[in-house]
Amino acid sequence: MADGGRNLRHGYALIAPTLAVVGLTLAAPLALLLVASLKSQSGIGFEAGWTLSQYGDVLGRESYRILFGRSVLVAAAVTLVTVALAYPMAYFVAFHARRKFLWLILLTIPFWTSYLLRVFAWKIILGYGGVINSGLLGLGLIDQPLSFLLYNPFSVVVTLAHAWAAFAILPIYVSLEKIDRSLLEAASDLGDGKLRRFLRITLPLSMPGVIGAAILIFVPTTGDFVTPELVGGPAGAMIANIIEMQFTQVGNWPLGAALALVSMMMVAVIAGLFVAAARAATKAVR
Amino acid sequence: MKNRTLLVYACFYLAFLYLPVLVLPLFSFNNSAFIAFPLTGFTTRWYGALADSALQQALVNSLRVGIAAALLSTLLGLLAAKAVTRYRLKGRNAALGLISLPLFIPDIVLGISLLLLVGTMGLPLSLVAVMLGHLLICVPFSLAVLIARFEGFDRNLEEASADLGEDGWMTFWRVTCPLMLPGIVASLLLTFITSFDEFLVAYFLSGTEATLPVYIWSQLRFPARLPMVLALGTIILAVSVVLVVLAEKLRNQGVKKPMVGA
Amino acid sequence: MSFLAVSKVSKSFGGPAIVDAVDLSVERGAFFALLGPSGCGKTTLLRMIAGFETPDSGTITIDGAVMNAVPPNLRPTNMVFQSYAIFPHLNVFDNIAYGLRKLRLPGDELRRRVEAMLATVRLEGLGGRAADQLSGGQRQRVALARALVRQPKVLLLDEPLGALDKRLRETMQIELRAIQRKVGITFLLVTHDQEEALSLSDRVAVMSGGRILQIASPRELYERPNCREVADFIGEINFFHATVKGMSDGNVTVNAGLLGIVTLPSANVAPSITAGDHILLAIRPEHIRVGGQGVAGEIVTATFLGERSHFHVKIAGRTELVAVSGQAPSGKDVMLAFPAEKLIAVPTL
Repeated sequence: MADGGRNLRHGYALIAPTLAVVGLTLAAPLALLLVASLKSQSGIGFEAGWTLSQYGDVLGRESYRILFGRSVLVAAAVTLVTVALAYPMAYFVAFHARRKFLWLILLTIPFWTSYLLRVFAWKIILGYGGVINSGLLGLGLIDQPLSFLLYNPFSVVVTLAHAWAAFAILPIYVSLEKIDRSLLEAASDLGDGKLRRFLRITLPLSMPGVIGAAILIFVPTTGDFVTPELVGGPAGAMIANIIEMQFTQVGNWPLGAALALVSMMMVAVIAGLFVAAARAATKAVR
Repeated sequence: MKNRTLLVYACFYLAFLYLPVLVLPLFSFNNSAFIAFPLTGFTTRWYGALADSALQQALVNSLRVGIAAALLSTLLGLLAAKAVTRYRLKGRNAALGLISLPLFIPDIVLGISLLLLVGTMGLPLSLVAVMLGHLLICVPFSLAVLIARFEGFDRNLEEASADLGEDGWMTFWRVTCPLMLPGIVASLLLTFITSFDEFLVAYFLSGTEATLPVYIWSQLRFPARLPMVLALGTIILAVSVVLVVLAEKLRNQGVKKPMVGA
Repeated sequence: MSFLAVSKVSKSFGGPAIVDAVDLSVERGAFFALLGPSGCGKTTLLRMIAGFETPDSGTITIDGAVMNAVPPNLRPTNMVFQSYAIFPHLNVFDNIAYGLRKLRLPGDELRRRVEAMLATVRLEGLGGRAADQLSGGQRQRVALARALVRQPKVLLLDEPLGALDKRLRETMQIELRAIQRKVGITFLLVTHDQEEALSLSDRVAVMSGGRILQIASPRELYERPNCREVADFIGEINFFHATVKGMSDGNVTVNAGLLGIVTLPSANVAPSITAGDHILLAIRPEHIRVGGQGVAGEIVTATFLGERSHFHVKIAGRTELVAVSGQAPSGKDVMLAFPAEKLIAVPTL
């Protein structure tokens, strides 16, 4: 136990620099983002007055609503697929692998190259003249390249399920590894079969890892514009692509700011709802 | 699920993870500008093309940003982790929430809001701005790693050091630091990798000083440059693997060392 | 003035007082124990003496110097932690040498001192042993050696034997006492184990609810507890409700209901008691004479414990008490005698 009064000041002094840096680089920019979203663009500057027109635009236009909806759906699908694929893998390493450390190294090595290149590799693999098509053509299995592989939501989900795999495996593995093995023995002793034991003990106790993994994947996926641009095709554009355009090609910063703030709020609300739902579901299993 | 079924699944999953990554080295040695089967012959000319001054500058930029972000975020993480684990701070959860907030905000929002800040303050876009953005992303990771490590050791150890005559500074050097070292190394590695690989924030803030991911992004538009980019990815992968193996060797030696003793 | 003096020291952590206006004085070279149930404030008091907590009020003096504002690293005290707090990254030798750095001793002098201390705690030749290769008893010895090698004025021990198994604990008790005699340093021990406190120390302070109930020698504490709580906490004891009839010089007459009118020596009566008070009469199980002339009782359970037996006895069909005897009486009915000189009178509260 720390000394209650005298040293408490040391504690605040220790945490102050970190809070100051976060305040400067997070709070101040977000405040500016809010300010910018209440302006309108005029040439390379903002007009003097305040306006809510950007929000009217963001919430009113059909095309934006489609983009928001698609971003959330794709991000949710990516999260679901990535976590569902990674869970058995993490379970295997935590409970059945003999050389756990070797497995963990093997699982993380693919992530030691650039994120951009991991995504790009899928474009090479799935593309019209790519690895799969040229391979199948060369083997004489198909007459002309398959065009359904790339530039659709499927390719985005596959690519991201690969790109974010480590962010799912590691948190789930850590929470599985923490489970006291005697709890599992106790469940069996009390009459649970393997499946019931998994549903009543293992899964609920590993939920913190699953929730952590889901947040780590859902949040950045919603704001990603690299993957949609590389493998999503024209019908696969997501909200981040439009935001990026406002700040680069279009040059309408207030609109970009409003889009960014609305998507940030949306992510926060969905993530919060998800955490609450996951906790409720965990309780319901008992 | 049976062990056998799980093992088979694990192998398939591993194949899924490695397939795209192995495409990089495979085609980086292929003697064709087109990335398609069949392979046309072995060449190292794409590696020769890496002797490009823009690329080398981007690599240097990324290393500088990565090292600075790793050192600073680990230092900030260390201070904050000590504060929240060793003192009964009021508002502890609020502070932790604020520091972890960037995990819940899409990177693109962080990138453009920092772009606004830099613009409003009339500062030029630069590596410093990129580094600040990376700091924001890295500190939550560093903090998580270091809090776990702080909670892992008996706080009586620091008191014992004070009891045996050492002041706060010497206690830090003789007890806290050696015991935190694995956590500090893990934090440095994790934050360096995070910064080195970060694209979205760097894309908005780097201006004319491209980092490696920004450079790679710019090259992806030119089909003729693609084999060269693959060669670059292969080298990054190879260096990483060597580093991981080395770090692992060092870690094992570190474990054995105390047993020799006086 | 006493060597270690605690005067009107109080401490709270924002709630009720954990340590409440405690006064304590310990003689130089004494083996002193702070005994009490967990949560009674004894560890907080120890940590204030070590300097890890600051008193809200009151003063702590060691050898005439006021300690309140002195940080732990500059106090002439050293502590054996309950967890032992052996530095896991250092071997045994370096753990013991840790606190000698400031003395800047030449290498062979440092080695000589550490090795002498290793011999004192009977760990000869284990200097190179890694911290994680020590048994519980060895960790305890290293913690002791590491604190003693600095030759503190007061050695503080926080439940030092709590983590050891029963047999090892008994061995270490004997050794701890021997080491204390040998080095002559003042020991202040905190424990919840009354047997440990009684067998190790010269004087014992019994603490409860942040206050000190009684400070006395172990024998005095056992034979003349000054209140119900101390009597109850130290060893096993039986209570009877009673009323003081009269007090004359040297004797006190008490109406003890079932036991009749009893006259006991006033040395056995707590000083706060006056005539007319409702009191508790107390007697240790081994002082009840089973089979003696006195009150009739019925044995409920008898437990054979080797050289003696333990009885739960009912008197008048309700009052249950515990008695100890060398030989087991035959049958259920038994006569019990209560020697007046062994009866103790304490206030009801």
